[in-house]
Amino acid sequence: MGDQQPLASALENVRWPGIASKRRLTTDSERVNHDSMYDTSDIRKNLKVELDGDPYVVVEFQFVKPGKGNAFTRTKLKNMKTGAYLERSYRSGEKFTPANLEEKQMQYLYAEGSQYCFMDNTSYEQVYVQTEQLGDAVNWITENLNVDILFHGSEAIAVTLPNFVELEVTEAEPGMKGDTASGATKPVRLATDASLNVPLFIDQGDVVKIDTRSGQYVERIKRGRK
Amino acid sequence: MEENSGLARLRALHEPLRQRAKVIAAVRHFLESRGSLEVETPALVRAPGTDVELDPWRAGHRFLITSPEFHMKRLIGAGLGRIHQICHCFRVGEAGIHHNPEFTMLEWYWPGVGYLELADELEVLLTEVALSLRGTTKLPKLDVDLEPPWERLTVRHAFERYAGWTPGRAPDPDRFFLDLVDKVEPNLGKSRPTVLYEYPASQAALSRLDPKNHDVAMRFEVYVAGIELVNAFDELTDADEQRARFIADNEMRASREKPTLPVDHDLLEALAAMPPTAGAALGIDRLVMLLLELESLNDVMAFPVDAL
Repeated sequence: MGDQQPLASALENVRWPGIASKRRLTTDSERVNHDSMYDTSDIRKNLKVELDGDPYVVVEFQFVKPGKGNAFTRTKLKNMKTGAYLERSYRSGEKFTPANLEEKQMQYLYAEGSQYCFMDNTSYEQVYVQTEQLGDAVNWITENLNVDILFHGSEAIAVTLPNFVELEVTEAEPGMKGDTASGATKPVRLATDASLNVPLFIDQGDVVKIDTRSGQYVERIKRGRK
Repeated sequence: MEENSGLARLRALHEPLRQRAKVIAAVRHFLESRGSLEVETPALVRAPGTDVELDPWRAGHRFLITSPEFHMKRLIGAGLGRIHQICHCFRVGEAGIHHNPEFTMLEWYWPGVGYLELADELEVLLTEVALSLRGTTKLPKLDVDLEPPWERLTVRHAFERYAGWTPGRAPDPDRFFLDLVDKVEPNLGKSRPTVLYEYPASQAALSRLDPKNHDVAMRFEVYVAGIELVNAFDELTDADEQRARFIADNEMRASREKPTLPVDHDLLEALAAMPPTAGAALGIDRLVMLLLELESLNDVMAFPVDAL
């Protein structure tokens, strides 16, 4: 046992967790539910956290540590309400509150000025969402469509449409037969009043399929009456 | 049968691994040309150091080293003269694009040399290694030229310039390190390497306080493109002061519910016999990454922790 050495101070002894560690007393203000909290080791892309009362999503993160110094996680965060970016570094072990977010399936009922009214399919509760919160969805949304609405607390912050919707063409230059290969397009007007670029053969009255993520025409579903 | 993705990764690493070997050979060549002796010290030790921010792995009754410093200083205390070593070091919890929990360190100790003279030697070392590897000191993708003279900046001036405040002899560690990583480091080593020197006394680690100004420690770091590459000290040789720092570290560890760690009595004995010495530690993986202008340590290590 050549390792044995007289130790001058108790602090020179090894104390390892699980062998003999004394617990620090917790004060009332610290006694929050840490089980539901994140800390810096949970940080991943797409983690959603609550900061200064707003929901943020982690866009980028990096472990940083001076050789002789504290470890940090450097993060780039996006405000899910405003879209603004924020860069911040967090000390290792720092705690985060998960973003208070809930997604509900709702049905679009009607629009009133800049307010869009939706109904919760399970509780029948109705909520109003501002045009800005809808983003590009205003171009493709039609009455009775089921959508996913992301709530931050009671506030709707994002509306996600199904990946594909089908809409009728209400105004179009007359279709040109036989021109399917050139890739040329023309703008048409849809039932939602939005404009869409479609192949030249599309006619007024046709029903077309649109990818709501890209806002692009996909295919013709039904030919209109001639 | 599906291609083993580990093997595919290694096949793509042929060139970086060849370059890596060249870097290490050039580093050894430089140190030998300066009359330094290559030594080996144990990876498995009884006392791994007490630094509050470095957590060692426990291996039975011993620990894996976080740096070979203590045993190398014992060789210096025994009068071996200039020594260096390239070895693996192990640090719990350090993983990221510029960290790997097991990494390769170059560490060297030269008696009778002032610590800022080591900065001059580092200028020559990096220049020679870059020339032997690339034929130029320029790193165009990083927009850095390793050609001396490098920028020399005190910690005090760096903080005044980039963080807008003056750290005294013992700045609040949370504020100091947060601003160091967020505001100061990103501005260091741009266009040419930076020697950041004169650390606050509270950040002396194992370095000597400046006898003319006890508010600062004789310590420097070299930054290249915002990345910390070298840490160097005018080594503390006062055994009583070193012992007091070990105990203060352990008090801090205990207050943070971190394990306390053994004091190395053999080191304390050696310090008493140690001549004035400057020592430096350089991350080899980071050096290779910078010289090859790659983004991550994973690009220059055959088996980073993510690919084990």
